[in-house]
Amino acid sequence: MKKSMGETQEEYYRGVRMVPYDLVKELALALAGFGVLAIVLAAFLSSPDVPPVTIATWSQTDPVDFVTTATGELAGTTGSAGYGQPYNSTPDAYQRWGPIAPQAWFGVRIPVDSANAFVIEPLKRATVADNTLGAALSKWEGATADQQAKWLDAYSTALPDATLADGKVSVAAGDYGPLPAMMSSLLGVAQSGGLDGLLVINGRFYQTDYTQPLLFIGDSGYLEGLVADANLAGDRWGVMNETGQYPGQTWLWLFSFWYQVPPFTSDTGFLGLNGGNADLGIILIMTSLTVLFALVPFIPILRDIPRWLPLHRLIWRSYYASKTSAPART
Amino acid sequence: MDSPATYLHWGFIYISWPNLLAILGMIVLFAIAMIAPFPHSEGTDDVNAK
Amino acid sequence: MSTQSKPASWTLRVRQAIDRHLPMDHLLPDRQPYYVGSWVYVFGVVTIAALVWVVVSGVVLSFFGPQWWHDSSVGLFFNSLHFWAVQLFFLFMVLHLWGQYFMAGWRHGRAATWMIGVVIFGTSILTAFTGYLSQQNFDGQFIALEAKDAMNAAGAGAFFNVLNFGQMYGLHVMLLPIGVTFLVVAHIVLVRVRGVVKPIDAEGGARS
Repeated sequence: MKKSMGETQEEYYRGVRMVPYDLVKELALALAGFGVLAIVLAAFLSSPDVPPVTIATWSQTDPVDFVTTATGELAGTTGSAGYGQPYNSTPDAYQRWGPIAPQAWFGVRIPVDSANAFVIEPLKRATVADNTLGAALSKWEGATADQQAKWLDAYSTALPDATLADGKVSVAAGDYGPLPAMMSSLLGVAQSGGLDGLLVINGRFYQTDYTQPLLFIGDSGYLEGLVADANLAGDRWGVMNETGQYPGQTWLWLFSFWYQVPPFTSDTGFLGLNGGNADLGIILIMTSLTVLFALVPFIPILRDIPRWLPLHRLIWRSYYASKTSAPART
Repeated sequence: MDSPATYLHWGFIYISWPNLLAILGMIVLFAIAMIAPFPHSEGTDDVNAK
Repeated sequence: MSTQSKPASWTLRVRQAIDRHLPMDHLLPDRQPYYVGSWVYVFGVVTIAALVWVVVSGVVLSFFGPQWWHDSSVGLFFNSLHFWAVQLFFLFMVLHLWGQYFMAGWRHGRAATWMIGVVIFGTSILTAFTGYLSQQNFDGQFIALEAKDAMNAAGAGAFFNVLNFGQMYGLHVMLLPIGVTFLVVAHIVLVRVRGVVKPIDAEGGARS
């Protein structure tokens, strides 16, 4: 057994001067002092609580963006529609670095069919009260995939120039099939709050899983705008930040750092790591660094730096002073 | 406290004032802890002779 | 009873092992080596105090449910207490980490203490993360949507769904605090078993 493992405290402290030290009182003082500090901060500064975005507020504030996003879900052009695992199996959507592609290894474990979940199913429920919608939906579902794609393409092209007239989204004249009618109904359901309910409940009664409404809101330009306004975007060290004047998760600084530097800021990148697989690359880097951090006691140079830097001489200055003034012990 | 924080921008570094203050505060606190004299309790000091 | 041969009683063996490695006067010593005389040594115990306040305020929040702090000013106060306690917990934990690094606290057989400390750091980050995901406000929504990409890219997203409030809340109020507490207890026990490491280049004790 190594000497360090077998050595008792008595052996380790032989010849060392011991002084009285009250650990329990120290803990009690720490608890009291910390409590005072935390209570004062809580009482005077409170904590951040910006209300969540709902599909209702989104569709009321920016109906054109809502319709654009919903059309994108049908067309499969949104972030969630083309995400890949674990939501769907869009080919080659997963992040990979050479053979390392953990995103794809576990399959579609959280299935989300964006077009059906966010548009078609809610509309089907809404036809109960709306006959013209029923006709529009039948026309949509009866059309060929080619025809649907043509309508979607035309409507998506027209939407950037859409205007709001009487709360309704209106585009230039064109052949969009039943899409304007469908989107108009969906907008109505959304603005009334019905879509928030439908997407989270998902046919159940009790529910605590917000995957669907969050992915839908996440696809919007509206949320992107709010996030940028609050300085929470990834290219602004977003995860470190908090709403308002509050400190954020400063301990995530190193994780956030990598997103701001090459190769993760460029498309070409370096050694196969670039902006496209940044999440995977950074997770791999941070995992490696954390393991190295845990193993510092065994890593030359890293474990020797404290010896080279004079900080310990400052912390233990009275000990070192007594060693130089006293005769050397053998 | 709910109005947006001011951010410092230096190259690729963006940091909010609250975060910067927290980090600077930590460095100052560590420096003070190293330098400030620590009260040694009165009482018998004994060399651990066991 | 002879202590030379191993006793048959497992209970007795466990008790004797504890007596050997962590007798009461090592668990609760009233003396410390005189070189434990710097305010840098205080950061560890303040971090423990912070953890206590984080847990106590968290227990109050969980008792009244995740919606309470949005609707009640008392609830908001306890959320603020929890929020600032967490901020200060990380602040003092990192100061304690800096201190232990610059003092090379892993020497003389204390590598396990250091490694458990790193695991505590990582587990605390994960606990805080699930807490931020449990806020049920804009910040929680945003963090969930951002973090899902990193989780999914790592393959973890298939099992650890940051968009699933129920899962994140359950991890945050129960599993992860139990994990952190268990690790902190192990960390403190190791410190008491080994005692405080000697200054760098002090005589005695095995090298590094």
